[in-house]
Amino acid sequence: MSTTVEPTPVTTDEPEPASRLFGAIAIFESAEKLLSAATALKQSGLTKLEAHTPYPVHGIDEALRIAPTRLPWVVLAGALIGAGGAFAMQHWMNGIDYPFLISGKPLMSIPSSIPVTFEVAILLAAFAAFFGVLLFNGLPRLAHPLFRTQVFRRVTSDQFALVAESDDPRFDELRFGVITTEHGATSVESIEQDVSSVAMPTLLKAAGVSLVALALIPPVLIAQARATTSEKPRIHPIQDMDFQAKFKAQTTSPFFDDGRAMRLQISGTVARGDMPIDPAISTGYTSDAPPGPESSQWLDSIPISPTIELMARGRERFNIFCAACHGRGGDGDGIVTVRALELQQGTWVKPISLHDRSVRDQPDGRLFNTITNGVRKMPGYASQIKPEDRWAIVLYLRALQSSRNAQPADVPADVLETLRETN
Amino acid sequence: MSAVPIPTRTPSESLRPPLVDGEQTLSSITETVCSIVERPQTPRAWYIAFAISSSLTLMLFGLIGYLIATGIGVWGNNSPVFWGWPIVNFVFWVGIGHAGTLISAILFLFRQQWRTSINRFAEAMTIFAVTCAGIFPAIHVGRVWLVYWLAPYPNQMAMWPNFRSPLLWDVFAVSTYATVSLLFWYLGMIPDLATLRDRATSRVRQFAYGLFALGWTGSARQWHVLEKAYLLLAALATPLVLSVHTIVSFDFAVSHVPGWHTTIFPPYFVAGAVFSGFAMVVTLLVPARHLFGLKDLITPRHLDVMCRIILATSCMVGYAYATEFFTAWYSGNRFEQFAFLNRMQGPYAWAYWTMVTCNVLIPQLYWFKRFRTSPWLMVGVAICVNIGM
Ligand code: HEC
Repeated sequence: MSTTVEPTPVTTDEPEPASRLFGAIAIFESAEKLLSAATALKQSGLTKLEAHTPYPVHGIDEALRIAPTRLPWVVLAGALIGAGGAFAMQHWMNGIDYPFLISGKPLMSIPSSIPVTFEVAILLAAFAAFFGVLLFNGLPRLAHPLFRTQVFRRVTSDQFALVAESDDPRFDELRFGVITTEHGATSVESIEQDVSSVAMPTLLKAAGVSLVALALIPPVLIAQARATTSEKPRIHPIQDMDFQAKFKAQTTSPFFDDGRAMRLQISGTVARGDMPIDPAISTGYTSDAPPGPESSQWLDSIPISPTIELMARGRERFNIFCAACHGRGGDGDGIVTVRALELQQGTWVKPISLHDRSVRDQPDGRLFNTITNGVRKMPGYASQIKPEDRWAIVLYLRALQSSRNAQPADVPADVLETLRETN
Repeated sequence: MSAVPIPTRTPSESLRPPLVDGEQTLSSITETVCSIVERPQTPRAWYIAFAISSSLTLMLFGLIGYLIATGIGVWGNNSPVFWGWPIVNFVFWVGIGHAGTLISAILFLFRQQWRTSINRFAEAMTIFAVTCAGIFPAIHVGRVWLVYWLAPYPNQMAMWPNFRSPLLWDVFAVSTYATVSLLFWYLGMIPDLATLRDRATSRVRQFAYGLFALGWTGSARQWHVLEKAYLLLAALATPLVLSVHTIVSFDFAVSHVPGWHTTIFPPYFVAGAVFSGFAMVVTLLVPARHLFGLKDLITPRHLDVMCRIILATSCMVGYAYATEFFTAWYSGNRFEQFAFLNRMQGPYAWAYWTMVTCNVLIPQLYWFKRFRTSPWLMVGVAICVNIGM
């Protein structure tokens, strides 16, 4: 560096040169001339020499001593990553994360994963090839000093060019000109490189900034929506079958002659749950309609035989159907009640304890009726629980109540004796 | 354009018929090809043709809108066993696409130099064909807005697609095929875009071509990498193109429907694809060559070779039809036999016999030299093949 004296430009008063010498370009009419010139220049020791041709010229790689590209390895890597990734993806997704059982086929089978594995391998390999070209060739590069020379414009059509760069220590424009002309160059020119730093036009800058700002809006909105809660129901752009045209009970309908949406029972048929059994068993009372609370027409005892199996069944049904609101012990502390009271929406009535005297004193028939038709805020369970099970629940409920309110007289004498001893 | 070698003048080549006709030089070829897009005035005929095709496209969009609003019953798809119209369209279009890849990849690997005159053309046809093909599986699902369920993405349903279904293989095959075709097409086109960039006179064209040429300078190093990449892509596209129609045929063959559940389907589909694709290339190429003055570049020899390929694949397809019948008979399976007899004599007999006539009988005309040399006779046969498929 220190020994070479830079040729000082004559116009020293200029603050900064707008361009510097990039190199020199020689134009040839044929590929043969280009090849011989390239070989000669390479022998003269030039390292930064490049040929530009309209089509790939055979022998140019040897003339310019271009090392074979490593692209095939990149492509191989793409294929291997694709195949491995796709294979692992299928087996993890269908075999481990969400075991997908289809007609008894094995969860992880190699043959059925071949197509996708193969396709993804090809896909990633092709991406590797394409982007490898861009990467190894330093593309896209939209500005190049060559594009500023007029002669270069025919090089992509029908002419051949040799370009030597000036930052090659052996670069000598004069010698380059002599050698290339000897080998038949039709013209030799020097190439200038624009080094002035031009500021971006304000319009472009403004457009860029506003584009970035606009692009930020959606992610910000999404982030906000994820971080906050909303009172409104979620947006439902596609209805599918979620909201369907339908008639509600007790409304009119122009579809039927009688103008009702509900259909009357067809004569000679039995509606669900209306199988003709002893009306007292299916209702819990002896009158035609539900009697008043204090009536004597409620059944006083359970009309089916209270076996230990019935008790077990009642306990199971109670824990399934009642415990959610009433709690397993019947204290009115089921998880639904607890949660509803936590939300404090004011619409929930805490059920009274089933051990309360007002419940204990009710006849069995009335408890049965409560399960069947519900009471005040409590819905009826006739459609979910069949009559025998309802009686089973009543039986269990009675046992539950006795567990806290039993008198010594209720217990058989011999059992009372053992109880006294253990306590 | 730039990728077209000029072998007409070297004596060693004289044994082979020339790749291009007339006294051609690099610049004359560039001139012929580029002048098509560089015309200062778009010809009126182009506008008319464009108006016709865009109104048909508009009609397509309108009908798709109607289909989406109403449901796939519009096609008569009222049973979950068959796809009917949409799968027919899908298979037809994917098949058409195969000729493009075959020309560009397989013929490239076999060093069939004549392909260079038509490969970009055929590749472009592939891309449009695959796009058309892609429409049908997407809209046939009925609820198009849920078509993204086909993709394996983490979702709130906490479930993944079923990777043992050929329909999912199809999704991967066709999307890979479309992507790779696009990459292949574009990669080969970069130097040509650079040619157009350097010839452009207006700022807009310089900018647009310049953008898509990505700054290609045609340097020896760039060519070196590009050629390697092109070779690799061709090597990748070759098995890909065979796999795509194989997988498409799995849609049928993996099911248990009589007449479909056979192992001949993959090769038969691939042969059929090449067959119909080449017919489509001929159908499009002959008028294009005529209208755009490319007769010297796309020579009668090119057309002749393509006709021979159509003839060969037609025989393969005919052989496959025959084998299907033989298998049905030889299997002794009554349902299989019924499926084929019904195809021949049942309500769709007319379609079956049209297919046999157009795909097997009419292409036999290509045995006669006259049909391979006269462009219009050639197109007539090719159109019959398009119909038959
Ligand atoms: C959805 C919650 C819920 C379920 C499930 C439920 N209940 Fe209730 N139950 C209530 C509520 C609330 C009340 C208090 C109603 C009121 O006072 O308005 C109640 C009250 C009662 C009463 C007292 C009735 C009266 O006359 O005061 C009985 C008895 C009863 N339920 C039994 C049952 C049985 C047996 C089951 C199981 C089959 C059951 N409940 C299931 C919510 C429920």
